[in-house]
Amino acid sequence: MSHATTAPAALRISGVAKRFGKLQVLESVDSVLPEGRVTAIVGPNAAGKSTLIKCVLGLVRPDAGRIEVFGEPVGTDPAYRARIGYMPQGAPFPENLTGHEVLRLVRSLRPGVTEVDDDLVHRFALGPELGKPIRTLSGGTRQKLNAVVAFLFRPSLVILDEPTAGLDPLASSILKEKVQEATDRGVTVLLTSHIMSEIEALASEVLFLVEGKVHFQGTMEQLRRTTGEQRLEHAVARLMRARVA
Amino acid sequence: MSTVLQLLGYELRNVFRNRWLIVYTLLFLVLTDALFRFGGSGSRVILSLTNVVLALIPLVSIVFGTMYLYHAREFIELMLAQPVGRRSLFAGLYGGLAVPLAMSFLLGVGLPFAWHGGVAGNATGFAILLGAGVLLTLVFTALAFVVALRFQDRAMGLGAAILVWLMAAVLYDGLLLLAITWFRDYPVEKPILVATLLNPVDLGRVLLLLQFDLSALMGYTGAVFERFFGSRTGTLVSLAALLAWTAVPLAGGMRRFMRKDW
Repeated sequence: MSHATTAPAALRISGVAKRFGKLQVLESVDSVLPEGRVTAIVGPNAAGKSTLIKCVLGLVRPDAGRIEVFGEPVGTDPAYRARIGYMPQGAPFPENLTGHEVLRLVRSLRPGVTEVDDDLVHRFALGPELGKPIRTLSGGTRQKLNAVVAFLFRPSLVILDEPTAGLDPLASSILKEKVQEATDRGVTVLLTSHIMSEIEALASEVLFLVEGKVHFQGTMEQLRRTTGEQRLEHAVARLMRARVA
Repeated sequence: MSTVLQLLGYELRNVFRNRWLIVYTLLFLVLTDALFRFGGSGSRVILSLTNVVLALIPLVSIVFGTMYLYHAREFIELMLAQPVGRRSLFAGLYGGLAVPLAMSFLLGVGLPFAWHGGVAGNATGFAILLGAGVLLTLVFTALAFVVALRFQDRAMGLGAAILVWLMAAVLYDGLLLLAITWFRDYPVEKPILVATLLNPVDLGRVLLLLQFDLSALMGYTGAVFERFFGSRTGTLVSLAALLAWTAVPLAGGMRRFMRKDW
């Protein structure tokens, strides 16, 4: 974790706790995401991964703690989200709007931005589909549109929730290329995925979350050294077993 | 403000293309047209539509609104992940639901009145019918927000929405009547008056029936209202109460929306 303190932080999470009813979903989470890297949040089901992401996006208000995105505190002012590109699960766009209308809708919410990055529209060959209502599009096509929206405003922080779910292998590799290019330009990426090979291919950092607590954070290399496992799947499995024992 | 208008614009487009909204418009259109063909005069059509408006508008507004909000849940999350304030999104969502529902009703009833020439001579009654319909749409769309934001589970939410409608449109008057028979030895006019103010559907009824001088015909509440207020004051009071019935649930829904963990 040595570099985490030296590199400038894209995201700084300190002491974040959240309780839903009787369930303590997050228990004092501390984490610093170094700028320009891909961090994967890994953990068993109900570890608090989505809640943590929702806290960063301001969708869930933590009971305690503080989150800063590029130095701006997450609070009531929505302006900090202008630098975030978010790709949620399931591409939930209004059924009766067309792809063009969805793109115009999200653009209208950032009136200052004149230049956008719609390079993914061309790479996915999405052009002809954009005139059709969302309800007529396949899950894969919706997911492509979802990716376009996430990268549209050249965000400094990209949050991807199961990004390749529903994508065919070609589209999925195009998206991975896009993520790679973005990080080469210094964009920070926060990623969740159930596909370990995808995390291995994309992420350089791992944040391992169990029952709302950070159990490991560091580079992929550190994870391999700590666990003595070469493959991420085995390393994660070892971490989870170690926790139980 | 411009963000609200942008959001509203896209919400309107989305909801106006909804299949059920089109069905709702056609329903009013066909019904009103049929009433003209069978019944004849404009004033009789207005009277026949009264009960439809009082039952159907609350039902459709609250059920359609609740379902729409559950369906849009993930979309709301996506919008809230953009640089958009919660207040703006709430305003866009409410307008995007209430305006199309009200427009459907206005078009569905208004067009047949126009082509059958039913407005002449009944302008006030017609205006009050449209006004009451729009107000009930606003009230029950606001209640849909309260219900959808109160219950996480959509089956529970739908049940609650139907229960609210059932209570306001059907059970309330029955319970009121029961109370009147129980307490018939006491002076009950004032409590009944207050009880009427507490139910938006009754308010709509009072508004419409004071207009036709038929209040005595249509139940105890209308009669009491007429006696206490006379036509003009009664109209103004019920109008104000209906606006309060819009504002209070809307404020409650907004408060929940602002605080909610998505």
